[in-house]
Amino acid sequence: MSGGNPWLYRGVQVLFVAALLGLWYYVSANGIVSPILLPSMTASFAEFGHLLSTGSYWPDLDVTLYEFVCAFLLAASAGCSLGYIVSRSGFSIRVFDPLFAGLYSIPAILLFPLYVLFFGLGAGSKIAIGTTIAFFPIVLNTIAGFAYVEKAYITAARSMGASELQMFWSVMLPAAFPVVLTGLRIGFIVAFLSILGSETIASLAGLGHRIVTYAESMDPAKMFAYIFFAIIIAFLLNGGVSTLEKRVRRWQA
Amino acid sequence: MSIGELSKSGRHPPDARGSAAITVTGVSQVYGAEGDPRRVVALDRASLEVARGELLCLIGPSGCGKSTLLNVIGGLASPSEGEVTIDGEKVAAPLPKKVAYVFQESALFPWRTVIDNVKLGMAFQGVARGERDSRAHEALVAVGLAEFADHYPGQLSGGMKQRAQLARALGLKTDILLMDEPFASLDEQTRMVLGEDLSELLARTGKTIVFVTHSLIEAVFLADRVAVFSARPGRIKEVIAVEEGHPRSRSFMTSDKLGRLRNRLYELLHDEIRKTMGERAP
Repeated sequence: MSGGNPWLYRGVQVLFVAALLGLWYYVSANGIVSPILLPSMTASFAEFGHLLSTGSYWPDLDVTLYEFVCAFLLAASAGCSLGYIVSRSGFSIRVFDPLFAGLYSIPAILLFPLYVLFFGLGAGSKIAIGTTIAFFPIVLNTIAGFAYVEKAYITAARSMGASELQMFWSVMLPAAFPVVLTGLRIGFIVAFLSILGSETIASLAGLGHRIVTYAESMDPAKMFAYIFFAIIIAFLLNGGVSTLEKRVRRWQA
Repeated sequence: MSIGELSKSGRHPPDARGSAAITVTGVSQVYGAEGDPRRVVALDRASLEVARGELLCLIGPSGCGKSTLLNVIGGLASPSEGEVTIDGEKVAAPLPKKVAYVFQESALFPWRTVIDNVKLGMAFQGVARGERDSRAHEALVAVGLAEFADHYPGQLSGGMKQRAQLARALGLKTDILLMDEPFASLDEQTRMVLGEDLSELLARTGKTIVFVTHSLIEAVFLADRVAVFSARPGRIKEVIAVEEGHPRSRSFMTSDKLGRLRNRLYELLHDEIRKTMGERAP
């Protein structure tokens, strides 16, 4: 899928976003949609600028990031270690791989009301739901990564006299890593999404909580400012992960 | 055929006669239990000796057990019956100090650069860090890949990948090299050039080599002796001596002698290949 001047399609992308903003400006400036449903663009950007300059986002960002980091680390350590253990025998792969895949297809967000009962309205229930949702893609990819390492790599390493430990560090881990990393990236994204989402359902603080609060208090310009802010955080997190992934995959021509 | 009848090839000194580097005695490999309809006798009582500094080719129809025999020699598989000794020592596990392998294309580690691939085996062997560098570099120069030391395998052509694998094996400085259809996935032209280079290189290093191949020309061009396998159950049908010094020149490639030996191999293999095809026909 080559062809075309990169400046051309970049240009079209910029125009597309500009057109959306233009439409928003036109619609709200001419009163076509009620300002309670769609605030004026200028007011939203003013609120956003205010948000950034005063740093008033900090308490909520702090809560959301804390929940996110806890959930991701829990899901990653549980998913990677369990996945590795399962991948060690054909029997446990046949038992647990379909089991985890089946559980993964259940919409785990349905557990959220239960988690609120268990862990309260604060960070606990968000960490629990983020961990639950991120765990499955991580464990499934870890199993796949370690279970299907190319036999030729293992044979070659064995012929060169690799010890168990050398086999793990120099062959199994690097061979499985790209697949495991895909799982971690999916887990990373769904953990963030489910935490923001669950904050909008029932919470005491956090970016999602703030967005709902402003929606309910009929302050859509502030709500939009927080939505922009959440988008930027998501964008930065994704950017960080893809940069990391590219560095790790640099050998893949 | 005994080792005594071996050629006066330039590669091995006369005093090497009779001193076998590898001895294979009555090796059988059977998959599946007795009475099981799916039981397969992959290899049936194979015996042979490989002299020091000799290049022995194993050739035969698919499934005749030639790769199985190579894996038994290398200690990667243990035989159902019989035994292999290397320098008089029974093989029970890989012997990385004595035996290095060249596999088919996929066996380079794609996440390591060429030079890091070459160094990994040395790291497994506990070679000191400083020495790894110089040895790896030396091996890459020997196979003509020095310029590509920092490339990843994915950036190399098929022929270059096999050179890299050869460098990895040479870097281990073993006396014995086992090669399992190393050029099978290459086009014929690349394969011929690599064959010439290999003959040249091996004449210099004087290693003992067992080489599995499907190619009649490759077998005759490279080998001091060619062991011809019968169809399943795989037996060694005949061993043919090539009697030509190393390194083998381009003129040998086009010589009548090579043609005659190739035809002889073809006659020996022809019926066996028919057998395996018949076996698979519905």
